[in-house]
Amino acid sequence: MGGGDVYDAVIVVALLLVAASATAAVVQRDPARQALVLSFSGVVLATLFTVLQAPDVGLSQLAVGSALTPLLIMLSVRKIRRRGRSKEDTR
Amino acid sequence: MNRLRLWLLALGGAGLAALLVAACLDLPGFGGRRHPYGDRAVHASLARHTANTIASVNFDQRAYDTLGEMSILFAAVLGCAVLLRQARDEHRARPRPAEVARPVRRYALLALPVALVTGLYVIAHGQLSPGGGFQGGVVAATALHLLYLGADYSALERVRPLGVHEISDAVAVCAYVVLGLASVLAGTAFLANTLLPYGTFNTLSSGGSVPLLNAAVGMEVASAVVVLLAHFIDQAVEIEEEHRS
Repeated sequence: MGGGDVYDAVIVVALLLVAASATAAVVQRDPARQALVLSFSGVVLATLFTVLQAPDVGLSQLAVGSALTPLLIMLSVRKIRRRGRSKEDTR
Repeated sequence: MNRLRLWLLALGGAGLAALLVAACLDLPGFGGRRHPYGDRAVHASLARHTANTIASVNFDQRAYDTLGEMSILFAAVLGCAVLLRQARDEHRARPRPAEVARPVRRYALLALPVALVTGLYVIAHGQLSPGGGFQGGVVAATALHLLYLGADYSALERVRPLGVHEISDAVAVCAYVVLGLASVLAGTAFLANTLLPYGTFNTLSSGGSVPLLNAAVGMEVASAVVVLLAHFIDQAVEIEEEHRS
C-alpha cells in the first residue's frame, strides 16, 4: 500500500503546517502583521481541508479565512491607529 | 457575584467537554472508507440528479439549516451596519486620492475580472462541483474590492452603490423563503425539492430547486459582504470624530 502511505504523509505535513502557522499567528503581537500571518494560516488550513477530501469547506476557508478576515482586521487596525493619531494632534 | 460567574463558566465548560468527549468516542474511525450518513446522503443526492452531494445536503436534504445560516449572516451584517453607522459627533472627510504603485494597479485591474467571473462560475456550478452560493458570493464580493487596491476608494464607491446592495441582500433572503413557501403551496413540505423537474444528471439545470436556492444564497452573501466591507472601509477611511478640527 505505497499510495496510502504517501496520502498519510501528506495529511501529517498539512497538519504540522497548520499547527506551525497558527502558533506563528498567536506569537506575532503586532496586529497588522498578525493579519498577514492569519491569511497564510487560512491558506494552509484550506489545503488541509482539501487534502482531507472536503473541497467545499476548503473553498469557504480560502475565501473567508485568507481574504475576508485579514482584510477586516487590517481595516480595524487602520481605524484605531488613525483615531490615536488625531487624539495626539489635539493635545 | 464574580465567583458565581466563574462557577457557572466552569460548570458549562465541564459539561461541554464531557459531551464532546462522549460524542467523539462514538465517531467512525479516522479515514474510514464507509460512513453510514455518507452512503445515505450520496444515495439521496443521486436520486435527485445532484452531482455535488454537499450541495444536495445544503440546499435539499438540509435546506432548512441553510435558511438558518443565511439569517445568521443577515442579522450579523445588520448589526454591524447599525454599530458602524455615522454617529452625530462624526463627520465624513473625503479621502485624498492615493498614489498606487504601478505593478499593484496592473495586477489588481487584471485580477478583478478574473476573480469576479470565478465567483459567478462557482455560484452557478454549485450543484455540479465543489463550491456554491456562499463560496462564490464571498469571492465575487471581495473581487470588487480589488478596485480599492488598484485605484482608490472613490472609484470603488462609484461602481458599488451601497443602497442597491442593501436591498438585494434583503431581496435574496426573501427569495429563499418564497422558494420554500412555493413548495408548501404546491402541496409538500417547506423547502422540499419537489417543485421543479430534476433534469439531466451533471448539467447546469439539474437538481431541481438546488441551483435556484444556490443563486439566492450567492446573491445574499455577495451583497452582505459588500455591505459589511463598505461599513468597515467607511470607518477606516472616511468617518472622523468631530472634535478634531
